[in-house]
Amino acid sequence: MKVRARDPKQVWQEEFESGAVREDNIETSTISGIPLQPLYTSEDRPTRPEEYPGQFPYTRGIHPSGYRGRLWTMRQFSGFATAEETNRRYKYLLANGQTGLSVAFDMPTLMGQDSDAPTSRGEVGHCGVAIDSLADMETLFAGIPLGDITTSMTINSPAAILLCMYIGVAEKQGVPASQLGGTLQNDILKEFIAQKEFIFPPAPSMRLVVDSIEYCATEVPKWNTISISGYHIREAGSTAAQELAFTLADGMAYVDACLERGMHIDDFASRLSFFFDAHIDFFEEIAKFRAARRIWARWIRERYGAQQERSWKLRFHTQTAGVSLTAQQPELNIARTAIEALAAVLGGTQSLHTNAMDEVLALPTDKAARLALRTQQLLAYETGVANTIDPLGGSYFIEALTDEMERQAEAYFKRIDEIGGVIPAIEAGFFQKEIADAAFRYQQELEQKRRLMVGVNEFTVDDEPPIEILRIDPRLESEQIARVRDVRAKRDQAKCANALERMRKAAAGTDNLMPYILDAVRAYATEGEIMQALIEVFGTYTETAVV
Amino acid sequence: MSSTAVRPVRIVVAKVGLDGHDRGVKVVARALRDAGYEVIYTGLRQTPEMVVDAALQEDAQVIGLSIHSGAHMTLFPAVVAELKRRKATDIVVFGGGIIPDDDIAALKKRGVAEIFTPGTPLQEIVDWLRKRFPEATR
Repeated sequence: MKVRARDPKQVWQEEFESGAVREDNIETSTISGIPLQPLYTSEDRPTRPEEYPGQFPYTRGIHPSGYRGRLWTMRQFSGFATAEETNRRYKYLLANGQTGLSVAFDMPTLMGQDSDAPTSRGEVGHCGVAIDSLADMETLFAGIPLGDITTSMTINSPAAILLCMYIGVAEKQGVPASQLGGTLQNDILKEFIAQKEFIFPPAPSMRLVVDSIEYCATEVPKWNTISISGYHIREAGSTAAQELAFTLADGMAYVDACLERGMHIDDFASRLSFFFDAHIDFFEEIAKFRAARRIWARWIRERYGAQQERSWKLRFHTQTAGVSLTAQQPELNIARTAIEALAAVLGGTQSLHTNAMDEVLALPTDKAARLALRTQQLLAYETGVANTIDPLGGSYFIEALTDEMERQAEAYFKRIDEIGGVIPAIEAGFFQKEIADAAFRYQQELEQKRRLMVGVNEFTVDDEPPIEILRIDPRLESEQIARVRDVRAKRDQAKCANALERMRKAAAGTDNLMPYILDAVRAYATEGEIMQALIEVFGTYTETAVV
Repeated sequence: MSSTAVRPVRIVVAKVGLDGHDRGVKVVARALRDAGYEVIYTGLRQTPEMVVDAALQEDAQVIGLSIHSGAHMTLFPAVVAELKRRKATDIVVFGGGIIPDDDIAALKKRGVAEIFTPGTPLQEIVDWLRKRFPEATR
């Protein structure tokens, strides 16, 4: 007599259900709240034709050679105090094997004001480097040949001005703009949504973004004109799916704006780049990165009709999650960052910033900054993870989660469309409310210990010894104020005033503003003066605070 | 229900300085509101003068400040000084954000009643307020 073998899946199911269940009350959904099965099998794997890296829709990566062809760029975001001090840090990082620069500006620079403005007090050089004019930018890149490196600049409302300053430094070094490579964050939409460093209202803000994209398409063709950022959306408390959806929706809004200007999709799409967070929920993040490539490729090809393959490819930078770091037992942050960085690499990032363990307390010390960079080098050269392209591709779980990310993003695109697009949704407070709700929900889960942060709401220690942190000398504020006043006193006043006046007139019209801003920068107009002139034409924006 | 009409504690919650990191301040504002306090959130980029104006106009007993840019050593004491100038030192000031331990002690010396750093349970902030104002929740 033949004994019929029982279906092994059914056997597992029964054994699982009758087995032990942990009683710690910890959530089994992802950190974003996506419910997870305890096991995924071939039945959960979506049916679709086999996908290959370097081929549409690029779920498995944009390069056929993966990291065998080229490793990701190790690009540590850095800047503090004065241009001179930051220049020293850049040379230190380059000497330690970093492969690209990434400039962090201080709050006054990010908000388009000079170091001597009344509202700059206490802020100068604190969370980045203070840049007031071309003179500071010349110091920042002294001895660093701009034709040989690439530089990322994290700045938004005044992005066009800082790009012009970079071009201005290159001119002085004898490097033509056409040879410059790098990235400008220049993503104003996520400022309205999450980071809140807006100055002008949405319409003129978008004009400046499109002006810079249009200008660079011909004059600085190797420059990534915008880094459409989910990072800040995520750090403000969004879920992974919200980060994905809102960022790609922003991307499409920029595409729409450029098309409206009369540009052709294939003339600018390949210079759009993205910037995502790598949070602590490992698999969810990998799925998010894979889904991002697939969604973008499909929309750019099918909805916008791009013909060139390079237009379809979503390239992205990743930073590990600042919000996942803890001031408590800060050494744990090294472990967190390593895991997050691994997710970014397995997700196929083009460049990566790993946070330093002390960044939750202050800007990193030299030692902490080097440890963070070493973490990436360890991943690249010791672990072997760069040897195989998209190593998790085909995993039942990862493929199912990638599809789920895509599904949730598409649902958000529909809701945003129903509100009338990204800008109306910003004005209605839609994104801000979604993010605040998600942040509050997560906080409650922490309070109820349904989620744990090691060292914070569990596994705590009393009497932690303080760690060494970087201190910004309060004297540098007055020194920087003296510096900007000196620049104002010594420049050719007539030349500067004329350049500003021409720019103001152009702002009131429809010309591309980039050449006018560049002239003002060359004449050593300060950032604050240029912004002030533009504010006179464009006005400012105030958000209705949603709690 | 309380038998005597107790004045509810009114709290002005403000972002001082230039940074726009409003995740924490919004979570705290919501939690305090849920705990029965009257919360007025001023929004972003308030100067010390604006914060004190708001507190006086709203007849607030407490000001909660949030900052993530590193300018706390300048701006928190500036709020306390402005309260002194306006003869409103009965208003209690507390704050939160990325603030190193050494700075906390210095800020307390300069008149900031309490500092809550990242990772603080919301309940701890509520408990602290209840202790400060035992009779005056809603």
